[in-house]
Amino acid sequence: MLRQLEGSRAIAETVALCRPEVVCAYPISPQTHIIEAIGRMVKDGSLAPCEFINVESEFAAMSVSIGASAAGARAYTATASQGLLFMIEAVYNAAGLGLPIVMTLANRAIGAPINIWNDHSDAMAVRDTGWIQLFAETNQEAADLHVQAFRLAEELSVPVMVCMDGFILTHAVEGVDLLDQATVDRFLPPYEPRQVLDPDDPVSIGAMVGPEAFEEVRYLAHLRQLDALDQIPVIADAFAELTGRASGGLVHPYRTADADTIVVAMGSVLGTIKDAVDRRREAGDRVGVLGITSFRPFPIAAVRRALSGARRVVVIEKAFSLGMGGVLATDVSMATLGSTAVLSTVVAGLGGRPIPRRSVEETIERAGRDQLTPLSFLDLDDGIIERERGRMARTRRSGPFAENVLRDLRQAKEGRP
Amino acid sequence: MSHDPTDAPALDQRVHFYQVGSFAVGNRLLNADDRTVQSSAQRTNSIDSGHRACQGCGEALGARYALDAAMRATNGRLLAVNATGCLEVFSTPYPETSWRIPWLHSLFGNAPAVATGVSAAMRVKGREDVRVVAQAGDGGTVDIGFGTLSGMFERNDDVLFICYDNEGYMNTGVQRSAATPPAARTATTDVVGDEPGNPFGQGKDLPRIAMAHDIPYVATATVADLHDLERKVERAMSLRGARYLHVFVPCPLGWGAASNETIHLARLAQSTGLFPVFEAERGVVTNVLPIRRWSPVEEYLTLQRRYAHLVGPRGRPDIVARLQAIADANVVRYGLLPDERNDGEDD
Amino acid sequence: MERPFAITLDVGSSRANHTGSWRVERPVYVDRLPPCNDACPAGENIQGWLYEAESGGYEAAWRVLVEDNPLPAIMGRVCFHPCETSCNRAQVDEAVGINAVERFLGDAAIEHGWSLPAPAPDTGRRVLVIGAGPAGLSATYHLRRLGHAVRLVDGAPRLGGMLRYGIPAYRLPRAVLDAEIARIVDLGVEVVVDHSVRDVEAERRDGAFDAVFLAVGAQIGRRVNIPAGDSAKVIDAVSFLHRVADDDPPMLGRRVVVYGGGDTALDAARTARRLGATEAVIVYRRNRDRMPAHAEEVEQALGEGVSVRWLATVDRFDGERLVIEKMRLNAEGFPESTGEFEELDTDALVLALGQDTDLSLLEGNANVEVRDGVVQVTPTMMTHERGVFAGGDAAPSDRTATVAVGHGKRAARGIDAYLRGATDAPRERHGVATVDRLNTWYYADAPRTRRPELERVRRQTNFEEVVGGLTEQNALFEARRCLSCGNCFECDNCFGVCPDNAVVKLGAGQRYEFNYDFCKGCGICVRECPCGAIEMVPERI
Repeated sequence: MLRQLEGSRAIAETVALCRPEVVCAYPISPQTHIIEAIGRMVKDGSLAPCEFINVESEFAAMSVSIGASAAGARAYTATASQGLLFMIEAVYNAAGLGLPIVMTLANRAIGAPINIWNDHSDAMAVRDTGWIQLFAETNQEAADLHVQAFRLAEELSVPVMVCMDGFILTHAVEGVDLLDQATVDRFLPPYEPRQVLDPDDPVSIGAMVGPEAFEEVRYLAHLRQLDALDQIPVIADAFAELTGRASGGLVHPYRTADADTIVVAMGSVLGTIKDAVDRRREAGDRVGVLGITSFRPFPIAAVRRALSGARRVVVIEKAFSLGMGGVLATDVSMATLGSTAVLSTVVAGLGGRPIPRRSVEETIERAGRDQLTPLSFLDLDDGIIERERGRMARTRRSGPFAENVLRDLRQAKEGRP
Repeated sequence: MSHDPTDAPALDQRVHFYQVGSFAVGNRLLNADDRTVQSSAQRTNSIDSGHRACQGCGEALGARYALDAAMRATNGRLLAVNATGCLEVFSTPYPETSWRIPWLHSLFGNAPAVATGVSAAMRVKGREDVRVVAQAGDGGTVDIGFGTLSGMFERNDDVLFICYDNEGYMNTGVQRSAATPPAARTATTDVVGDEPGNPFGQGKDLPRIAMAHDIPYVATATVADLHDLERKVERAMSLRGARYLHVFVPCPLGWGAASNETIHLARLAQSTGLFPVFEAERGVVTNVLPIRRWSPVEEYLTLQRRYAHLVGPRGRPDIVARLQAIADANVVRYGLLPDERNDGEDD
Repeated sequence: MERPFAITLDVGSSRANHTGSWRVERPVYVDRLPPCNDACPAGENIQGWLYEAESGGYEAAWRVLVEDNPLPAIMGRVCFHPCETSCNRAQVDEAVGINAVERFLGDAAIEHGWSLPAPAPDTGRRVLVIGAGPAGLSATYHLRRLGHAVRLVDGAPRLGGMLRYGIPAYRLPRAVLDAEIARIVDLGVEVVVDHSVRDVEAERRDGAFDAVFLAVGAQIGRRVNIPAGDSAKVIDAVSFLHRVADDDPPMLGRRVVVYGGGDTALDAARTARRLGATEAVIVYRRNRDRMPAHAEEVEQALGEGVSVRWLATVDRFDGERLVIEKMRLNAEGFPESTGEFEELDTDALVLALGQDTDLSLLEGNANVEVRDGVVQVTPTMMTHERGVFAGGDAAPSDRTATVAVGHGKRAARGIDAYLRGATDAPRERHGVATVDRLNTWYYADAPRTRRPELERVRRQTNFEEVVGGLTEQNALFEARRCLSCGNCFECDNCFGVCPDNAVVKLGAGQRYEFNYDFCKGCGICVRECPCGAIEMVPERI
């Protein structure tokens, strides 16, 4: 039934339909509405049996999830940004132990400077942890991905992170068609752990592994990620069959079949880009969009297939690796190896900076004119950059540059030099 | 006059004296119910032979004492969570594990939270007969695990947390922890300067911090008094909620002591007052283990190379006096030397 | 289910890692001789019978006891218990009251009528035992158990020797004495009383005995010449006590002086008090520290009103007055004359100056060597005459009843070996379990139980037993004070304290063994063994 509701509410209700047994929460914007809603459902008995645990840190949140999962309970948690970094040791650990925890990541920038708005820096920081990372384009997809995530995680004994853009999705009210319990139950069987703490079958989980076997352990984990490349489309197809919705899968190609220029991106910005593409198509440009749903494992083959006809590939991404450039673009380059396509990276939307359709259109136009540099930043205020660079060159104690930039911006607004 | 064996229990109750009483591990003269878990050939041996702990390891011993007792108290329905540290490393190097009970190791600083998760899983599945123990060394308890431990206490999660305190980071090569006593030499508190060894700080008395959470049960114990330790584990397992047991486990390697002195050192730590042994319920001390034969701290210090700079002709009597003052303060704080002592059994 | 590779491991896998290879020293279980057993002249397995008594197994304890000594009720009263003197517990709090527990067991046996172990099948060999004191009774018992026929002869009308005629009834009630003697006789002993053997060789030949045990004791009170002392006033202590035992006490008067410093002197003085003497004064030439009598006997005597003139010798009688000379100790501790004299009003003087043995019955045995008034014997108690053995006070000894009991046992074994044509090689003795080998921390604190003493007033006027027995509670308590020095008593400490679970518990009575596959050689088991029954030895390479 289609309802108008906040993205966080949609996630909370969908997670509840997945019958999580232990939900752990430590509040951080913009994840709070999700866990608040689940907490309420546990407290009023509408989600039962379930243990909702308010912990003292994200590190504890992931650790409680590890314990619950290892003891055979379906475990869920949610976080964002700094919270993800604070739990990162446990994030690695959950994957290393092969525990099928599902976590919502309400994508948010990472400080300093502290910033609560959306970008993908947090997700990129944990791309090597061994978690599967799925990016949602819409709240509908975000909700559907959670159902698929539990099934995927438990089939493979790998934790899954569903990434949805903070505020842009989590706090947006839009129409979402929520599944009913019977449908979810048909799709998602009860959790049957591959290994579990059990008094009747004692094992030791979490051994110390030395050089003699560590590489094999890591390689086996890699193979499970590759298995996920096979499973993700299968699960998406099964989901589509049950619900009629094409949520999930590895990639979402849009008007790529005859495209000279293909824009690659992840998450909610795909909607804006599709609008821009539609506009450019109207103007006669042969452009398309490739949305990446599965960032980890990275679907190199699927991306290569989708990009095979393109002469230009433009990666618009909400994160970058300082001193190097695009993160997603680097992965995409693995799929364009050997092709003649020109790859450019456009870093956009950092710390919640809006990505206007017009700017995207301009970028596509410039790409069409082969004017895009390999790395560029959307709507960058060059004046601010120059002023701060000049200040730093002039004085040793030039001050903190975040505060300098804010002052410059304020002065510019007031019309002072 | 009675020599009929059927009369023996009644007589035993009158004759309240049993040779080695409750000091030795076993005692054929005690009723079966009063004997220790460790004296039974059927004990679990939660941590099995073949582990790689150093010779005379107090932690390996303390872990077996505590977990075997917990296994008896829970009728074998027990899950254990372990922090990173000596205990974890020497017990589970691939491809061999020494644990005979279900055991989970996640990280150094998160054992309390992991245990919370395990406990929550059992509760949600309606398997509350299965109980959870988490264990860590002093580093994993008083330092890196302190936050998650305090959280677990505050929520009153149904977990018994056991700290095996050997007063330092032994696994990494004997560095200082917040549980390292003043003046002790470690690799990061060398014997140089005016205050050789670990500086005198304020201490970080975790049992008392635990008590400040008003959790159902807090106790300290040593590997030198098995009956006391087992009784405390049993008491802890009879309660629900967050419980804390702090077990003093000498480390021959880290302390520079002979491997056969482990239990003797634990006994001296208790009988000097340096390590007060007591128990508390809901934040109130309910019981202390009185000092049976008092010893001055010097007797304890002399056996350990980590204190070698304090004793002997070129020693530091001023620092020894400060350590003695700490012990004396504990004696007063907990009333460890009652004026009148009963003869015979500790009943 | 298959486990995730390397991360998850199966129970029991660490047993593949044999940590025993780390070891440079290995612990081994040992047995050491407890100091009590070591000190017991009767060779009792004291620790062994205390062990049984600890769990209330009194009959079992008594059976261990009578393996060595058939007279526990008697020894539990008259033995001066060197076991307690050497008891390691004395260095913890106070020695275990071994003697009191022995008496408790002995009395229990009499009360319940426990019988001694049945003799072995008849060997057809015959042994003559001359003298029915403690040595003769002990030898008779052990010989009977070995299956040899025994004829026990004694010159007195009743059996017991010095136990009956030398030890006053207030120390050894006659009912107890009679009961323990009867139990031995009941093993099938040919008893001949009122028969003084004049010639051992003739007696052996006439009776066709295969061997003889000579246990005639030292029955002759030594006398010295006291100037102006008439026979009415001077009596030797042996005769005095003998006559008291025969219910024919001599009339000594109100003021009795006893001359001497041994236990017999005390017995005489205390007996005199009981016979009505208002003053009983012991005259002894040295001081209290050097008095050969046992301290607790002195204590009891003083408590009963006996007084002692230390550092004094008897010089002569001057009419009714006894003249004594004061002495002083020289640098070597020997008494020297001072030339100062004193007088004591004295009705009678009892001489308690030692006893001699009447060995006239050996005059026909040229081979038997008599030196210093006693018969010389080998370690198996055989004299230089084949088949003739001797023991007790007649052989070189400390002349206590317990030594005599021990002699009897050794002689019986020696005779048995002799009759079988074997040599009775002395058994190998373990090293003694000294207190430094113990970890006494483990033993519960407990001062020893005192045997109740009869109120002084009562015991000054009659011959009731002075020292009472332990109640069962006290006996059990006392038995449990035993430290089991040097021998495993299965306290499970080694089993419990091993960090490597390398001690195997074999079950009740079976003790333990080490699993050297896993023992790392840390030595905690040795350090924490309460009784010192484990030691470290270098590892063989």
